Amino acid sequence: MAVGTNQMRKFLNDPAQVVKESLAGMAAAHPDLLRYDKGAQILVRKDAPKKGKVGIISGGGSGHEPMHGGFVGLGMLDAACPGEVFTSPVPAQMLAATKAVDGGAGVVHIVKNYTGDVLNFKMAAEEAADEGIKVHAVVIDDDVAVQDSLYTAGRRGVGATVLAEKISGAAAEAGANVDKVTDLVKKVNSQARSFGVALSSCIPPASGKFIFDLPEGQIELGIGIHGEPGRRRAPLGAASEVVDVMVEAVISDLKPKRGSKVLAFVNGMGGTPLIELYLLYGEVDKKLRAAGVEPVRNLVGSYITSLEMAGASLTVLELDEELTKLWDAPVHTPALRWGA
Amino acid sequence: MISEKVMDAATITSWMREIEASVRAERDHLVQLDAAIGDGDHGTNMTRGFEAVVQAFAEDGGSPPGKLLILAGRTLVSTVGGASGPLWGSALRAGGRTLGDEPTFEAQQLVDVLAAALASVKDLGTASLGDKTMVDALEPAVDTLRQRVAQGVPLDRAIDEAAAAAEAGMRATIPLQARKGRASYLGERSVGHQDPGATSTALMVRALQRAVTNKGS
Repeated sequence: MAVGTNQMRKFLNDPAQVVKESLAGMAAAHPDLLRYDKGAQILVRKDAPKKGKVGIISGGGSGHEPMHGGFVGLGMLDAACPGEVFTSPVPAQMLAATKAVDGGAGVVHIVKNYTGDVLNFKMAAEEAADEGIKVHAVVIDDDVAVQDSLYTAGRRGVGATVLAEKISGAAAEAGANVDKVTDLVKKVNSQARSFGVALSSCIPPASGKFIFDLPEGQIELGIGIHGEPGRRRAPLGAASEVVDVMVEAVISDLKPKRGSKVLAFVNGMGGTPLIELYLLYGEVDKKLRAAGVEPVRNLVGSYITSLEMAGASLTVLELDEELTKLWDAPVHTPALRWGA
Repeated sequence: MISEKVMDAATITSWMREIEASVRAERDHLVQLDAAIGDGDHGTNMTRGFEAVVQAFAEDGGSPPGKLLILAGRTLVSTVGGASGPLWGSALRAGGRTLGDEPTFEAQQLVDVLAAALASVKDLGTASLGDKTMVDALEPAVDTLRQRVAQGVPLDRAIDEAAAAAEAGMRATIPLQARKGRASYLGERSVGHQDPGATSTALMVRALQRAVTNKGS
């Protein structure tokens, strides 16, 4: 079995099995937190369903690890539905996950705004309703690089997804009802904005080739999380200049009140090391303060990725007391853990 | 008087086999088109879906043509993912429902199948002609077939013209700016690329032409 091409250097047995084999590996690594239902291709929190607790599921194409499977556990998701690489999961997966986490208090679907994800989750919600489970679906669309207009599929769901899963998960863990949990997902989405940049494309295992070719000295501005090119290409400047673009894009759209407290999330796209992410965070922190907002919480690391793409995204969430408290609440998942 | 061509379950089976063969043959081309304005998995996903359809048909015990289309749609929904799975899945299910349990169907009913499929795609995907999507290939094909069948043109020729209309619609997506789906994120950068969804749609209509024509008449 060839696992390399001129461009690709990946650890694979069979490119067609990469998702299933990776999920089996996650289950082997974290038996205390989750189980892998191989037939349904879903990861489910080990103690699900919890009677009386609102169930929260999410899902999407694979290739964004640790999202979403890495966020299954205490205080975050109850199940994750991973599709093929960069391909939304199918309705049967969401239906199986919904049933697996239904503790009688309702189930919330956190859906990223991509045509495929929205259509497949919608079909699953209809099937769940047929089986007597009411699903509350919230679509995340925080990416300011896409104009939300009649001329696009609407803003993409990116970094705010991670924050919404953490915050709503904390509320569900503490016993909030399904309307409250749903409202919190919506609140995070409405108070967060993101913008991403790339220094390279990425290589889907099935094709073995870069999705796009980025010439030396260039940067893609306004990228999503599927290796797709961005809104425009520009000469690559210093990190400080790149952060200027990211902060300006996010802040001019979010329009936070002066003096607002915010959570700043500097996310790596998979191929950018932590040394650079912290360098970026230093710039972000400085520039946000200069823009009149105060980063009182942060998250720095690769949490919503695009395979081995080199790049980063910035998400800024305007905080209040409620969101801050839920952010600080205990969480124990493969990828995020504190207080538990 | 032109004798009406009668189609049946074998026509549907042959259509699905023809689609499977052509998306497999064109997989790399579809992947390439999708990599330019999407994420490069369209060929892989369509191939996986139609392989599953052919497999499901092999295990089916003699369903009528309408039920076969519904089975094909269900199979696509459960295997393709992305936007293509729900869109083509709903399209084939909607088309299949128009045939009920009838064991055979004629040209006008084939028009009804494709018209229902188109309506379902437009409804679920909220896309219109000119958005740079599969609608740009499917709608001209349905319009052409409806028109030619109404004019009494023999089905073999009518479906050939419908396939040509789909191919023309596919090529006409090149100068368009995408307004739906992942390509729309690119804004003006989507101009100059042929839409992968319109391309696979044209392949599917051409496959139908082969299935209909090759059936001894």
